[in-house]
Parts: sequence; C-alpha cells; structure tokens
Amino acid sequence: MISGLRTGLSRGVIELRQTLTTPVDLWTYLFPALILLGTIFFMRDADVPGTSFSLGASTLPGVLGMGLAFGGLMTVSQQLVVEREDGTLLRAKATPNGMSSYLLGKAVSVGGMTLVSLLLQLIPGALLVDGLHVGPLGWLTLVWLVPLAFLATMPIGAVLGSIFENPRNMAAAILPIFGLVAISGIFYPITSMPGWVQAIGQLFPMYWLGLGMRSVFLPDSMAAVELTHSWRHFETFGVLAVWVLLGLTLAPVVLRRMARRESGSAVAARRERAMATMGR
Amino acid sequence: MTLTGELDAGAVLPVDERVIDVRDLRMRYGTKDVLDGVSFTARRGEVLALLGPNGAGKTTTIEILEGFRMRSAGQVSVLGLDPASGGEGWRARLGVVLQSWRDHGKWRVRELLQHLGTYYAPYSTAEIRKPWPVDELLDVVGLTPQAGQRVMRLSGGQRRRLDVAIGIVGRPELLFLDEPTTGFDPAARREFHDLVHRLTDVDETTILLTTHDLDEAEKLADRIVILNGGRIIADGSADELSRRVTGLTEVRWTRDGRRFIHSAQDATGFVRQLFLQYGEDIDDLEVRRNSLEDTYMKLVLDAEGGAR
Ligand SMILES: Nc1ncnc2c1ncn2[C@@H]1O[C@H](COP(=O)(O)OP(=O)(O)OP(=O)(O)O)[C@@H](O)[C@H]1O
Ligand SMILES: [Mg+2]
Repeated sequence: MISGLRTGLSRGVIELRQTLTTPVDLWTYLFPALILLGTIFFMRDADVPGTSFSLGASTLPGVLGMGLAFGGLMTVSQQLVVEREDGTLLRAKATPNGMSSYLLGKAVSVGGMTLVSLLLQLIPGALLVDGLHVGPLGWLTLVWLVPLAFLATMPIGAVLGSIFENPRNMAAAILPIFGLVAISGIFYPITSMPGWVQAIGQLFPMYWLGLGMRSVFLPDSMAAVELTHSWRHFETFGVLAVWVLLGLTLAPVVLRRMARRESGSAVAARRERAMATMGR
Repeated sequence: MTLTGELDAGAVLPVDERVIDVRDLRMRYGTKDVLDGVSFTARRGEVLALLGPNGAGKTTTIEILEGFRMRSAGQVSVLGLDPASGGEGWRARLGVVLQSWRDHGKWRVRELLQHLGTYYAPYSTAEIRKPWPVDELLDVVGLTPQAGQRVMRLSGGQRRRLDVAIGIVGRPELLFLDEPTTGFDPAARREFHDLVHRLTDVDETTILLTTHDLDEAEKLADRIVILNGGRIIADGSADELSRRVTGLTEVRWTRDGRRFIHSAQDATGFVRQLFLQYGEDIDDLEVRRNSLEDTYMKLVLDAEGGAR
C-alpha cells in the first residue's frame, strides 16, 4: 500500500517532468494562455456593467476556474483513452499494483500540469489588468477549493475516459463540456441567462469553480453582480462535495470494469481500427 | 492424429511441480471456438514453445494464463493459482512480453526500467532479489547505448529488447514471451537465446514462448506444443516429434561433378549402398534428418487434412 503510494507519486512526478520538457506539450499550455491574454487585453478598458470594475480582471479568475474543470475532466479522460490505445494501461495491468499507481500518477501529473497552465495564465494576466487581489480569506479558499476541484472532476474524467473506446467518440463528451462553459458564467454573466439555464449551470462543477475563483481574486464588492449577491462558499463546497462522492462511487466500478477488459488483443484491435480510420 | 491427451499430459508430472497446468481449456468468441479443449503442463525451469499457424489460438492461450482474458471453460492453474483471481503477489512472480507494445513513448529507457523495477521491490525475498539492477539489465539486453533515449525513438528491434527487459525486470519465476524476437537482427537473436538459457539455467525461470521461427523453437525449447485450430496436435521434444512423424531423410551428394538428391526411408542403408556402388566417386555427401520445420509442416498439414 505504502509502496503503491510511492510508485504512484514518482510516476506522476516523472510524467510531469517529461511533459514540461517536451516542446509540443509546452505549446499546448502556452496556446490557451496566449488566447486568454489576448482576450483580456482587448477587454481591459471595458467595465463590468453597473460597476467601475475592469471586465478583463473579472473574467480572468472565472477562466482559471474553468481551467481547473478542464484539467480534471478533459485531460484525464483524453489521456486515459490515448493510453488505453497505446498499451500503457495494459502494462499497468501486467505490473503488481500497477493500476492504482497508474491512476495516482495520473492524478499527480494532471494536477501538476493544470496548476502550471493556471500559473501561465494568472501571472501575465495579473500584470495586464488591475484590481486582482488575494486576501487571507482568499488563500484559505484556495486551500480547499483547488483540491476539491480535482477530486470533483478527475474521477468523472476517468469515468468518461473509460467509457469511450475510440478517441473520435470523445467529441460526444467534449461538446457538452464546451456547452457547459457557455452557461456557467465564465465569459457571460450567468445572471443574464434564463432561469432554467441558470439552474442547469448550477448543477455542474464548472459554475462553482468559476465562482470560487472569482471569490478568491475579486474584491468582495463584486459579489453584488453574482446570483444571490454573495460568493456562496457554503453552496460551492456542498455541490463540489456531491460531485466528489458521485465520482468516487462511480469511478472504481467503471475503472475496474474497463481494466478487466484490457488485453493485448483489445489493444491490437483498437489500433487496427485507428489505422483503418486514418487510411480513409 | 493427437499425440497427447488430457490423461497423459497430467500423468507425467506430480501436481506440485507444475508451474502451468491447463486442462480442457475452452475459449469461445460468439459462436466460434478459438480454443477447443486444450490441455498441457509446464515444469519448473522448462522452456515450452507454443507453435501454430496464424490464428491458431496461441495469443489467446497466453493471455488467459496471464490473467488478461477470462476463459469460457476449463481448469487453469499458474504458479498454483487461478489466473482469473490471482492477486498482486501472484502478478509479481510473472513476467509478460506481449505480442506488441507502443506504451510509454515519452519515457527514457533507463528511467522506465528503473521505475517499473520499483513495483517489484516489496516482493523481494532472500532467494529472489527484486528488481533486477537496471544497469545490469540494460547490459543483458544490449540497450546500454540507448539508456538515455526516449522509448518512441527506439528501432523496432530495440523496442522489442526493451519489452523483454521489462518482462524480466521483476525476476519472474514464470515468463510469458509472445513472439519475442520479431524484428531482431541475427546478433540480437543469438544474444536473446543466450539470455533465455541464462534465465532457465541460473534462475530456474519457466518460460512459455510463442514464435514462428522454428529454428528458434528447436534451439530454445525443451518441449514443443503445436496448436492448430484451437486444439493441440502435438506435444513433445523436437526429437520426439520428428521421430513420431515418419519422415523421409534427405541425402545429397555429387558424382562426376553432378548433384544428386534422394529422399530415403532408411538413409543409413541407402548411403551404404551408394558407397558400395560408386566408392571414391561420391563427394560432398550431406544427410539431413527431418528439421523441426519439416515435422511441423507435416503435422499441421495432416491435422488440416484430417479436419477436412
Ligand atoms: N476478441 C476477439 N474476438 C473475436 N475473435 C477473436 C478475438 N481475439 C482473437 N480472436 C480470434 O481467435 C483466433 C485466435 O487468435 P490468436 O490471437 O490467439 O491467434 P495466434 O495463434 O496468436 O495467431 P498469430 O500467430 O497471428 O499471433 C483468431 O481466429 C482470432 O481472429
Ligand atoms: Mg499471436
């Protein structure tokens, strides 16, 4: 058990180091950061309607919250699909305690990557816009919000990654996630949406992660433009905790089922299918 | 013609010496029987070669023994446990080299072996020290010059050597090798054969391997099991198999600068006659017993003929 923990952690650290020294991977972190910074740059002179607070500054924290959700949901699920196809998971299955170490390693490396890309957005972003500030309460919020964000999204990401055999079908999972961005108050205020859309948005972690990150970086007066005019920390914690429970209940069952089915011929069949689609 | 059945496969070895014990194994995909009553055993330290045409069921058999696939019926015991319910401690005693891998492309060779080795450390015992020290292992499989290279940049044969290295990093008691030498150059092949001998002689590793290289099977295997259409059509040493196939022996010679080839039932008698008749005129004499390849082809053709 202890040694499984150690192999998992070292696996995560090695993968993190690899991705940070692979130019193609670095580009995938830098690209979204550049887009975001461009957007914020053009928003910098606009104000949040009804206030004199910079629109760019108020958007940035929400985008960081979205980044947390993306890391947990999309990066985890995509890597699972890819590494099932290339046989990394089968290798884990062939190694004692390999599966649990693999999953722990994935949590560590994806968590690390997500934090790195967050910093790549936050540090230059904070220089571009005025008004971001983290008080003592903000730091405290970060301490529970970030781990909770990973716990709420990574198991769900792992479930998605186990369900989809074929990377192309992943689009079926990714499109709704993008839809979720639109209704979660990341770029447009959720208050301007119809009530039923607001209700759907508030079912998922994305909205709450955006809200939580805004509560960390924005002055308290900005809570006035949120739903119920408050940061709603209690509700944030509650909804995310429900997702944690849901994920941690579903993931072991689905992952075990997926792992049981992994075999050399399953990997070979998947590869052949991939080759056939590429040839077309 | 079935040379072995469930009974005599079981009778040869006492139960506690069987590292692998398969009885009446069946595997069915949909309505197709891929394995149809397969029985064989393997003893500690033995090299068992599983031969057979493409699609015969070799990989299926190996994957069932590795615990990667659930069988439809039959009894299977590997290192004393049922693979379907073997735990992590059981897994730590196995080494697996599957037919093809592409995993861990971004990792560096040495880093990957080092990392995978740590999984076996908790299972180290006084008799079997695990894992295999990385530098020694790299040397054994001839990957020392590539130690710092990314796995995805290895050539096909180098990648295969890495697969073998990963298969033995935990010093397994039982090693499964599914077509381990595809893509090996002749020197690598020879080194691999030396490695197999070392594993069985020094560490008493039991090895189950499949290959399409019959020379290799002949060199490495103590016993050969031939699968065809989901059934075992032969089980025995290369010598035993060739003796059971009543084959003709090929005799070649030259006389007066002309080449002759004759297939004889009784080669010794034929050659004696040849010398009595022509004496000093005979040159470049060669007598070739059935190679494993001839035996194999004959057995497989017979089996297919019988099925038709
Ligand atoms: N998952 C599967 N579903 C259906 N049929 C399968 C599956 N896996 C294997 N088969 C079939 O089972 C048969 C045996 O396959 P197997 O891979 O065991 O052959 P093999 O002896 O290893 O062949 P090769 O020499 O080509 O590696 C083949 O006819 C194959 O098509
Ligand atoms: Mg095969």
